[in-house]
This record gives sequence, C-alpha cells and structure tokens, in this order.
Amino acid sequence: MRSNIFFIILGMGIVTYIPRMLPLTVFHRIDLPPFWRGVLRNVPYATLGALIIPGMFLIQDDLWFGMLGFFSAVVVSWLGANVMIVVFVCVLVLTVYTML
Amino acid sequence: MFRHGVKAGIAIAIGYAPVALTFGLLAKSTGLSIIETTLMSIIVFAGAAQYISLNLISLGTGAFEIIFTTFILNIRHFLMSASLNEKVEHDALWKKALYAFGITDETFSVAAMKEGTVSASYMFGLIFISYSSWVVNSAIGHVVGAYLPENVQLSLSVALYAMFVGLLVPAIKTEQKALWLAISSGLINCILLLWLHVPKGWAIVISTILSAIFVQWAMERRKETTYAQ
Repeated sequence: MRSNIFFIILGMGIVTYIPRMLPLTVFHRIDLPPFWRGVLRNVPYATLGALIIPGMFLIQDDLWFGMLGFFSAVVVSWLGANVMIVVFVCVLVLTVYTML
Repeated sequence: MFRHGVKAGIAIAIGYAPVALTFGLLAKSTGLSIIETTLMSIIVFAGAAQYISLNLISLGTGAFEIIFTTFILNIRHFLMSASLNEKVEHDALWKKALYAFGITDETFSVAAMKEGTVSASYMFGLIFISYSSWVVNSAIGHVVGAYLPENVQLSLSVALYAMFVGLLVPAIKTEQKALWLAISSGLINCILLLWLHVPKGWAIVISTILSAIFVQWAMERRKETTYAQ
C-alpha cells in the first residue's frame, strides 16, 4: 500500500472519530440548563428534516422520481408499517416507475 | 439488547449495500487497491466523506486538504453525538468511546427514534450490522463492481431516504413538534444548499441548530403565555 494513501485514510479516520467521540465521553454528566436540554432533544427531528429535504427530491434530475419515493414512504409509514416495509415498498414503487 | 440493535440495523445494512458497492467500484476506478478501499471503509466509516475523498484523490489533491474536507463534512456528527448523549444509559466510558465510532447519520437516526433509553449493547448491535454491511460491500464492490441492473441501482438509491421518512413519520404522528422541527430544518437546509451554496456538512449542522433552538424558544414562549392567562 502507498504510504501517502495510508496517511490520508488514517487522517480521515481520526478527524471523523473525534467529533463522534467527544460529546459522548467528555460531556457525560454535565448539567445543562433545561432550555439547552430541550434543544438537544429536538436535534434528531431537525436532523431528519435536513437529511430528507431537499436531498430526497434531488436523487435524480427527474423531480418526480424523488416525489414519488417521498409520498409512497410517507403513506406507507403513516399506515403504521415498520421501517423495513417502508424501504421495501418505496424501492419497489420506484423500480416499477423506472421500468415504465 | 444486542439482538434488538441488530434487528433495528437491518434496514441500514440494506440501505448501505448499494452505496458501499458503488463506493468500491468508484474506488477501483480511482486506482485504489482492494486493501486501500476496504481499509478506508474500516477506518473512516463515513459515506459522503469517502466518496468526496475519491474525487479529491483522483484530482491529485494534497493530504491535508482531503483530511480537512473530511473534518468539515463530518463535524455534524458532533451535534448528533451530543444529542444522543442525552438519551444513552450510563455505560462504562470505554464502551461509549467504542460505539461513538459507529455514529453515522443513519445509526444516529435509528437510535434517536428508539423508544426509551439506549444501552451500549443496543448500540453495538446496531453498529455491528451496519458497519459489517458497509465494509463487506465496499470490498465486494471493488471485486465485482456494481453490476446491478441500472434501474434497480437507481431505485435502491432511495432506500436510505425512505428509511429516514419511515423513522420520522411515526414521531410526527405522536408529537406535532416533530413536524415543525423537520419542516423548518428542511427549509433552512434548502436555502443554505441551493441558494447560499453552503457545503453539505455545514448546511445540516446550521439548519439543525437553528430549527432546534427556534422551535424550543417558540414552545417555551407559548407555554409562558398560556400560564400567564
């Protein structure tokens, strides 16, 4: 293996690990004010929003591809299906759509 | 509990497969050996950063710039780790340091949406199956290439997004706050990405922080006015 590539990979690994590790190890048992505790509890929902929008609609140049995927996922999960079923139906619907 | 984690991670493992297969193929065409390709997935375990690094390596970009770009892109995990820290059980520090390695957009989302607290053994199960899929499929992608039919490959690219929707919708059904958070954060993200051309990693961090603070502030204000009446 080329040492140059090896050092790039190692460096990438270190700078990726540090932000993942610091809060879980250093912040343990720090008493945050209730407001900021609430903000941290909000983070997962806000993150999901930013991960889905706009990315899901831009998978392809064809806007309908993402729209169709989004709405089938929303409908199936609204009906109470678990995540695996949602993924399966969504992939299936889009496979059919791309074959049309 | 390890078993529960594995079960919850199956959707991630399936979603990672096409992404990792494609990574392996692209790494090969960039000129990385199979050992280098697999090692990158073993050591870094971050999809977007690994894709971009291939691009930068092929352009002959220097090591420092590649590592710095990776850092900028992955700093969002700091926020996710801080949020997860509010939900995890008090496990030994070395266990937390170990599973912290496996915090990705996907493992974080699944763990954060789980009901109740999250134990180290759950996290180990969740990460074990996701990480295995990532590493093994990167290697397979390098060997056989992503020769899935093009339309199947295309529709599989929606899998991780479908999973995110599948995690979010049940939360919205029980708590309206989740809807406001997701929509406001998504809209801010659109403005940052499409209009202001902020890099993707930062755009997620900024829109998440702004929306989480704003919704919290609006809720506490509403509570105060209700009490005042």
